[in-house]
Amino acid sequence: MQVLNTYAPALPEIIVAVGAMVLLMLGAFGRAVPGRDVAANVFAVGTLLLAAGFLAAAPAERATLFDGAFIADDFARFMKLLVLGGSALVLIMSVGNLSRLALLSYEYTVLLLLAVLGMMLMVSAGDLIALFLSIELQSLALYVVAAIRRDSVRSSEAGLKYFVLGSLSTGMLLYGCSLIYGFTGSVDFSVIASAASGQPTAETIGLTIGLVFLLVGIAFKISAVPFHMWTPDVYEGAPTPVTAFFAAAPKLAAMALLIRVLLTAFPAISGQWQQIIVFLSIASMLLGAFAAIGQSNIKRLMAYSSIGHVGYALIGVAADSEAGTQAVLVYLAIYLFMTVGAFACILSMRMKDGLIEEIDALSGLAKTNLPLAFVLAMILFSMAGIPPLAGFFAKFYVFAAAIKSQLYALAVIGVLASVIAAYYYLRVVKIMFFDEARPAFLPVERGAGFVMTISGLFVLLFVLLPAPLVDAALTAARTLHALPGQ
Amino acid sequence: MDLASAPLLSIVMFLPLVGAVIIAFLNPEAKDNARWVALWTTIITFLVSLIVWFHFDTTASGFQFVESRNWLDIFKFKLGVDGISVLFVNLTTFLLPLCVLQSWVCIQDRVKEYMIAFLVLETLMIGVFCALDLVLFYVFFEGGLIPMFLIIGVWGGPNRVYATFKFFLYTLLGSVLMLLAVMAMYWHTGTTDIPTLMTTKFPADMQWYLWFAFFASFAVKLPMWPVHTWLPDAHVEAPTAGSVILAAILLKMGGYGFLRFSVPMFPLASESLAPFIFVLSIFAIIYTSLVALAQTDLKKLIAYSSVAHMGFVTMGIFTFSTQGVEGAIFQMVSHGIVSAGLFLCVGVLYDRMHTHEISVFGGLVNRMPVYAAFFMVFTMANVGLPGTSGFVGEFLTLLASFKVNTWLALLATSGVIWSAVYALWVYRRVIFGQLVKPALKTIQDLSYREIGIMAPLIVLTILLGVYPAPVFDVAAVSVKKLVSAYEASVRPPPTAAAP
Repeated sequence: MQVLNTYAPALPEIIVAVGAMVLLMLGAFGRAVPGRDVAANVFAVGTLLLAAGFLAAAPAERATLFDGAFIADDFARFMKLLVLGGSALVLIMSVGNLSRLALLSYEYTVLLLLAVLGMMLMVSAGDLIALFLSIELQSLALYVVAAIRRDSVRSSEAGLKYFVLGSLSTGMLLYGCSLIYGFTGSVDFSVIASAASGQPTAETIGLTIGLVFLLVGIAFKISAVPFHMWTPDVYEGAPTPVTAFFAAAPKLAAMALLIRVLLTAFPAISGQWQQIIVFLSIASMLLGAFAAIGQSNIKRLMAYSSIGHVGYALIGVAADSEAGTQAVLVYLAIYLFMTVGAFACILSMRMKDGLIEEIDALSGLAKTNLPLAFVLAMILFSMAGIPPLAGFFAKFYVFAAAIKSQLYALAVIGVLASVIAAYYYLRVVKIMFFDEARPAFLPVERGAGFVMTISGLFVLLFVLLPAPLVDAALTAARTLHALPGQ
Repeated sequence: MDLASAPLLSIVMFLPLVGAVIIAFLNPEAKDNARWVALWTTIITFLVSLIVWFHFDTTASGFQFVESRNWLDIFKFKLGVDGISVLFVNLTTFLLPLCVLQSWVCIQDRVKEYMIAFLVLETLMIGVFCALDLVLFYVFFEGGLIPMFLIIGVWGGPNRVYATFKFFLYTLLGSVLMLLAVMAMYWHTGTTDIPTLMTTKFPADMQWYLWFAFFASFAVKLPMWPVHTWLPDAHVEAPTAGSVILAAILLKMGGYGFLRFSVPMFPLASESLAPFIFVLSIFAIIYTSLVALAQTDLKKLIAYSSVAHMGFVTMGIFTFSTQGVEGAIFQMVSHGIVSAGLFLCVGVLYDRMHTHEISVFGGLVNRMPVYAAFFMVFTMANVGLPGTSGFVGEFLTLLASFKVNTWLALLATSGVIWSAVYALWVYRRVIFGQLVKPALKTIQDLSYREIGIMAPLIVLTILLGVYPAPVFDVAAVSVKKLVSAYEASVRPPPTAAAP
């Protein structure tokens, strides 16, 4: 019992880890009965929901484990719930397509569980070692998953590209970590924070250089411009169910990591990193808006769209305030629902000979499958930030935080970029509603339909009851801002 | 007065939404069911809004029927109407049943979705005029873009994609800057409550930024010259009922915005920038009238004429006098009725000939005498003939502008002549002359349904022309309050003069 109490804050992670290992054992030594892989998928969803349940029931106070390497607080809880929920939704909606592609092997499920475990640890990382190890756990699992379609050249290319570029960024990250350790003598975020405060010295300059490398590594993970190059190719090349997974949870975890590192380890030199974040944000918003215009593949479109969304979320990080952090959290939560819903729609673009990725195939969808067209249109309008849909409130909070921190130029560029981005979202809506009908898609599968319904309802009805999410985000944001100089 | 304590505004606002949800569950094949549900919903909404109208206390200066609910921590779901907004709420609910009736026959494709789009749009439009919280206002103001985008894009003419994108992106571009201004006001005052903000004194330099941000939005929406170019395109491609809503109500949101936000919240900037507005208004009145003269498409002509008429509205508002503001409000209400009538008239021709080219028509009076008479009334009201509602608003705004600047009044008055030139000329070309074109030989006069749609508009046009008191009685106290609050904050001049 004693042990259980000591490690209680990490119970959700333990559940996921045990779940992954049980699956691995069953897969390796169990008999290959029919339906085993679907059962593994159901088991994985159950594991994630169980972990989420323990997380939601955990006491609210802040707890640290393993000498501060693992932090469980409201912020971590908020982000982990999103990561777990998003991953569960993606697993639910992709079962049918995975088995049709003959990808639904137990390895896939185990790898995804391990990736989720990595993400949860990223969110809770309290020192540089934990940071690095958790990123690697997540990344290595995802590299394999990207290339899981071994007979497809595109999938292998995506996996390889992701791996090579990812390794480069890991190198940078590790170099940054070693510089920071070298100049502060500690890997612990709170020790680094106190070393960074005070008068600028040669050490703080070295620390800043280390921070830049660290930021490069994380910017790669969240695919912020100019470290976004891998995103469109990997999104396009990876099998669509895998892309859906990439688009949702890993971005959230990396963003959470970024926020925690910046706010708990480097609050004293916020003037330094703020400039970098502002640049990343502007570049991401503009590139995301302009580059998406010419896309004809819906997955590439979503890739550029996600780059743009990262730019908006970074506005909240740049604001460097409680309101800013709250805004990022609200943004990420809404982004998660929109992305998962959008990919549920993309996974429903099915013909007899497989999944369709061309945007033109959506032509006249409103005539052949109005519910699907309607949900996708609402999600796209929401991504464009049009009220009264949920996406408007996401943008509203980040811009409000920027105005509060007097980042006027950033806010103005942001809203202008959002108008440009509205164009390509509208283009898809136009194709679905105004153009001539093409042959209808196959009926929507139950899993995808379920996720679509949840996402559509969330996007439409968020306006009626926005307070719970916004309040939870505020509570989570407070935990990071209530520890000045620790 | 039990009725007055009920959340009447919420009921008026959400009734159309309830109708839309009901229609969503109907069988798509049974088109008539969707039509009837939409018609009854809009009629009931209108009747409920009449309760608001008759219970409205015209002697009280504040907001009435106020409801406030918790929504998003500091941002409240707060509704209320004063003498200005109650007019627009009733104008909206009055026109919607007519729109549904107008679409009864000419919309055969995707009737369900069409009616849902109109009902959702009605909810959002009523929300714009009732919202007493800036964020809530913005949500409704922008939200209207989605249904309108679909209405033009799905049921519009051949060039609809271009028109609907232009409409959407233009309006969005104008509005996002207002969103930033809303946030700046929020962080400055800690509230987005509109009645509170109307009495807040913002620093002079901040007023300038905020004024321009709001101006960007309202100028596009109204639209003012030179950001009006989306309007003719949108009108030409929109289905008839879409044009009616666009001209009669969506444009009025711009004028309403000036009255509700720009003037009361940023009086110093408004005072300094009034000449700027006057110049734009004069351009709108004269230049777009001339442009209207050159049009070959009936709908485009009316669209440009709308821009010219909105010039009188902006001019009237920025004279900051009781006459000017009342004239502007009356002009907006009148234009809402008259332009709706004109677009319905064009729609009648379009339903028969599937075109709105002027050159296709001629000599219609020979086969369509009733139509000619109806069209005549609306044309005369558009010109501003005394005895029609169009006269009252123009006359008051001109009177007010005369007090401000003689030249301004002189130039603006010439607009009355220009509008007569293009309106009468087009009327002659379409209605009079010999009926020589073979395609028109069999054209039918108005059906009872069409007469039923237009008759209420005719009655109101003439009634308000000879007896404008119903509008003025309702608006008077609110206008007086607006003008006196403006006077109090501008004179005596503040110590720090605006740059």
